[in-house]
Amino acid sequence: MKKQPGSVWVIAEQIDCRILDVSLQLIAHARKLAIELETSVEAVLLGDKMNEQTRQLFAAGADRVYLGNAPDLAHYQPEIYTEIIVKLAKERQPEIVLIGSTSMGRELAPLVAARLGTGLTAHCIDLVLDENKILESIIPAYGGLLSIICPEKRPQMATIAAGVFPKPEMDENRTGEIIALEVPDDIPRRIQTLEIIREKPQGVSFESAPIVVAGGAGAGDLEGWRKIADLAETLNAALGATRPAVDEGWAELETMVGQSGKIVSPELYIGVGLSGELQHMVGIVGAKVMVAINNDAKSPVFEQVDYGVVDDCREFVPVLINKIKEYQEKLVTC
Amino acid sequence: MLKIVVCVKAVPDPKEAHKIKIDPATKILTRSDVPFVLNLVDKNAMEAALQLKEQLDAHITILSMGPPPADNIVKECLALGADQGFLLSDRAFGGADAYATAYTLAKGIEKIGPYDVVLCGMASSDGSTEWVGPEMATFLKIPVVTRVNEIVEYDGEWWKVKAGLENGYRLVRVKLPAVFTVTRDLNTPRSLTFSGIIKARKKEITQWGIDELAVPEESAGQKGSPTIISNLATIDSKRTVEIITGTREEKAEQLVQKLADTGLI
Ligand SMILES: Cc1cc2nc3c(=O)[nH]c(=O)nc-3n(C[C@H](O)[C@H](O)[C@H](O)COP(=O)(O)OP(=O)(O)OC[C@H]3O[C@@H](n4cnc5c(N)ncnc54)[C@H](O)[C@@H]3O)c2cc1C
Ligand SMILES: Nc1ncnc2c1ncn2[C@@H]1O[C@H](COP(=O)(O)O)[C@@H](O)[C@H]1O
Repeated sequence: MKKQPGSVWVIAEQIDCRILDVSLQLIAHARKLAIELETSVEAVLLGDKMNEQTRQLFAAGADRVYLGNAPDLAHYQPEIYTEIIVKLAKERQPEIVLIGSTSMGRELAPLVAARLGTGLTAHCIDLVLDENKILESIIPAYGGLLSIICPEKRPQMATIAAGVFPKPEMDENRTGEIIALEVPDDIPRRIQTLEIIREKPQGVSFESAPIVVAGGAGAGDLEGWRKIADLAETLNAALGATRPAVDEGWAELETMVGQSGKIVSPELYIGVGLSGELQHMVGIVGAKVMVAINNDAKSPVFEQVDYGVVDDCREFVPVLINKIKEYQEKLVTC
Repeated sequence: MLKIVVCVKAVPDPKEAHKIKIDPATKILTRSDVPFVLNLVDKNAMEAALQLKEQLDAHITILSMGPPPADNIVKECLALGADQGFLLSDRAFGGADAYATAYTLAKGIEKIGPYDVVLCGMASSDGSTEWVGPEMATFLKIPVVTRVNEIVEYDGEWWKVKAGLENGYRLVRVKLPAVFTVTRDLNTPRSLTFSGIIKARKKEITQWGIDELAVPEESAGQKGSPTIISNLATIDSKRTVEIITGTREEKAEQLVQKLADTGLI
């Protein structure tokens, strides 16, 4: 008889008792995988006084929630979180474990994977099952798409960025089983979180902006970058960056768009001074209209957009800003 | 004395890395002659070690796993002021994923001897997983803090550091020995000096293979890697572009019209 596969797990994340969108997106995708595998979806939620929030996990598609409620779990604590998840995974033997690619997930996932002696993939843009029902993480690399699998070790683990999978439809009538977890008492306490500070993000957020302006190495220097930033401001757009722009120190890491950064779904995308490298372009999902400004007519970016302007962005962008302003003023007056 | 190990990785020069392509027919990497350089954020890990050495009685060991040409980046770190360097190099280490890399590096650290602090970059430019630091810490059975962007207190057995979060940070106390992965916000790396390069000539690099490390063959390289590449596909989700032509003014005007047609501006 074939062995019944273990469940598909999602390690849900909460910040100040709010479940992150990425966790719900992953649960909905886990549901699809679980149907194919003929198994169930289970979420692990660690926090304090989180009973109410389990409803969202069920509504998104979870069948069972392992819930750890304790003051010690209110915030991410690497040692305690790792210990609880590792212990539970050894007991329950999940087939797949998915974690959001957040700063917590990026630390917690390898801690758990290494303890379980299993593989972990990052930066995938899709997760599918192959003909042997093995999880394939689809990852852009070297101008193509690689499939990475973990053929032998279990669970199969992956971290996935917010926005890779769509917002789930929430079925408020769905319910499921809650299993309470205890905080083990033999945990080493070599890391103490003294304080967590969250500031209001600056600028226009990627989540809400219908327009994303992204800048790349072609900005040349900080002055060139400021012009691209001005364009974003004029359009009330979110400002994204390619990796070289982050490496140069013009833009914050959090604004990096692409495979190892943010995945965004704007209606309009304007890429300025960037080459259209796959690792960046996979960060833009489902954009209706795409525009590129690049001084090299042969740049691969022009194969991936609807409108192209071949020009030096440092010269062209200020002219474009003026034209946009003229247009906007005309709109106001008539 | 504070014993510091800095893990540094030789990566294909990111400025040329896009030339490395997979041939869809043969599934072989083309242009693998792109030169190796020191992973960018590893320079910040190196700088952190140098600054600690300026403040405290410290000793800096460089550790890298990679092919023989990775020798050069270890040398570069010695020239920056590290005291000794180790390169873990063996055919059997090839094809390692983050798990096998972390395991081999952990074995290297154990063989080097007692240590207090292990510094890594946040991510490598080619793998970019961020896994190696935390997985290595797991194998060494010591705590890890990732994305460190400030070392607040560093005297004594408990350190205090700030680690980056989405739109903020966490302030963490951690007991040594520990692994820290650092971000580019931590510091500004110094440049090589001529005298540093001269001094580094006298420093030696120890090379260890699988036998010296006593890593079982099934735990190293591709054999020790839980994940493998199973398939490779090309993408052809291309759009048909309309190139807007004219003088700079005309191009801008036409583009504004196109943008206006979307109803978004
Ligand atoms: C594992 C991995 C993960 C990665 N993840 C990401 C990611 O998440 N996000 C990301 O962005 N990158 C990522 N990268 C890097 C990615 O592969 C590319 O290197 C990067 O996207 C290129 O950025 P760019 O287009 O700004 O720079 P370049 O490729 O250097 O392109 C610059 C472009 O600007 C043009 N230009 C130059 N001067 C001007 C001018 N004056 N006016 C107009 N145009 C000009 C040039 O013609 C060129 O096309 C990743 C790489 C790896 C290996
Ligand atoms: N082969 C290697 N040799 C030495 N250090 C490494 C190696 N691979 C990764 N590292 C370290 O781990 C960090 C994170 O790498 P990664 O997990 O690949 O993103 C790097 O910045 C290095 O400090």
